[in-house]
Amino acid sequence: MNVLKSPVGEEILELKAGDIVYVDGEIMTARDKAHARALEMMEKGLKLPFSFNKSIVYHCGPIVQGGRVISAGPTTSDRMSAFIPKIMEKVELFAMIGKGGVSEEAVKAMKGKAVYLAFTGGAGAFAASKIRGVKAVFWEDLGMAEAVWVFEVEKFGPCIVAIDSKGRNLYEDVRKRLIEKLKK
Amino acid sequence: MLEFERLVKVVEQLIVKAHTEIPEDVEKALRIAYEAEESEIARKNLGIILENLEIAKKSGVPICQDTGLPIFFVEIGRDLRLDFDIKKVVSVAIRNMTQKILRPNAVHPMTRANSGDNTGLGVPIVNCEIVDGDRLRIVYFPKGAGSENVSMLRMLLPMEARRIKDFVVEVVANAMGLPCPPVIVGLGIGGSFDLSAKLAKKALLRRLDSMNDFELEILDAVNDLGIGPMGLGGKTTALAVLSEIAHCHTASLPVAVNIQCWANRRAEVVL
Repeated sequence: MNVLKSPVGEEILELKAGDIVYVDGEIMTARDKAHARALEMMEKGLKLPFSFNKSIVYHCGPIVQGGRVISAGPTTSDRMSAFIPKIMEKVELFAMIGKGGVSEEAVKAMKGKAVYLAFTGGAGAFAASKIRGVKAVFWEDLGMAEAVWVFEVEKFGPCIVAIDSKGRNLYEDVRKRLIEKLKK
Repeated sequence: MLEFERLVKVVEQLIVKAHTEIPEDVEKALRIAYEAEESEIARKNLGIILENLEIAKKSGVPICQDTGLPIFFVEIGRDLRLDFDIKKVVSVAIRNMTQKILRPNAVHPMTRANSGDNTGLGVPIVNCEIVDGDRLRIVYFPKGAGSENVSMLRMLLPMEARRIKDFVVEVVANAMGLPCPPVIVGLGIGGSFDLSAKLAKKALLRRLDSMNDFELEILDAVNDLGIGPMGLGGKTTALAVLSEIAHCHTASLPVAVNIQCWANRRAEVVL
């Protein structure tokens, strides 16, 4: 079984599109508002309360009730596409977990340093069952869904390597076949 | 006579049911899809979806963390007397359940400030209809954003009814894996600009096993795209295509396509 842990190392560069991996340890949620604020702070040279470098970022807006994560599936990653190239400039290695994939431009920026893992969308209860607890939360003023939650996870997966660090993209394969079909 | 507090409790139970138990027809369609898929990735995704349904039901937690924007369809019998506002009832129930299982999702459209309780300007969305009899029917239909975001409305030309299928295929093709396929396609044909959208949403309340030939033909075309579960390829891009129609102006043909993720959560109560 392929197990990934943060901080991620060069092992992520060996992962190939189609591989199945499980994640242990720390993952950190971030959605639209968190990405926007983080980039704004980085551009102003301000220090973030967490680090993106070598982290595993989960595109997710969880439901946390009484300190317990009750449902926490992935959100649509494409909304984060526009932020990814800028984040790639600031990190050495990086992993993302989400659903639906990211833009072509984001895939290009990820080359040589990042992977994208697909987790089944809508499987909120299943995902929560793999989360052992909340380690920290930042930027709660953004609201429950948009705050940055740090989760401790155990065998979080199966995650499918949908985009690897060489730029191989399973969503693109499906799109290419679809375009061929529509031409006929 | 129905009392305000009692009805609030009934709606609260309806909310819990919708979020923790998927309708039996939707689960059945997902099982059939799981059996039919051949690719390992498609089967894995559908297998997790089915396992997720079990966990949610057993633990009483939301199937999906996107508990959606609260939408209600209410039918009020004309012989029924209610001495309170039904919109108030559902708002109180939604507020109460936001303390328990709902994620606060309602934000101001411009400032993006979250109201914190899933209510706000125009929210919950309550569609009321007066019907014969003395019954009260409440349908709760929370709508997630991933699938709502890829929905589209187009004013076709009056003589373009044959292009409806192509339009649906185009919308699903553009959406790819974003709306959490396998999706359910709600199709509203005719009416006015706004009514077509409402019809598309209302169509999503139908059972998935109630498709007619027209709908099945569109379903085949959609599934031929090969987008598959979660956009990673496969036979099942959609579980169903469901439509509602209304007469429209002789000079127009409004067509609305409302996409719904596989988690087609709906629950109803008749009092």
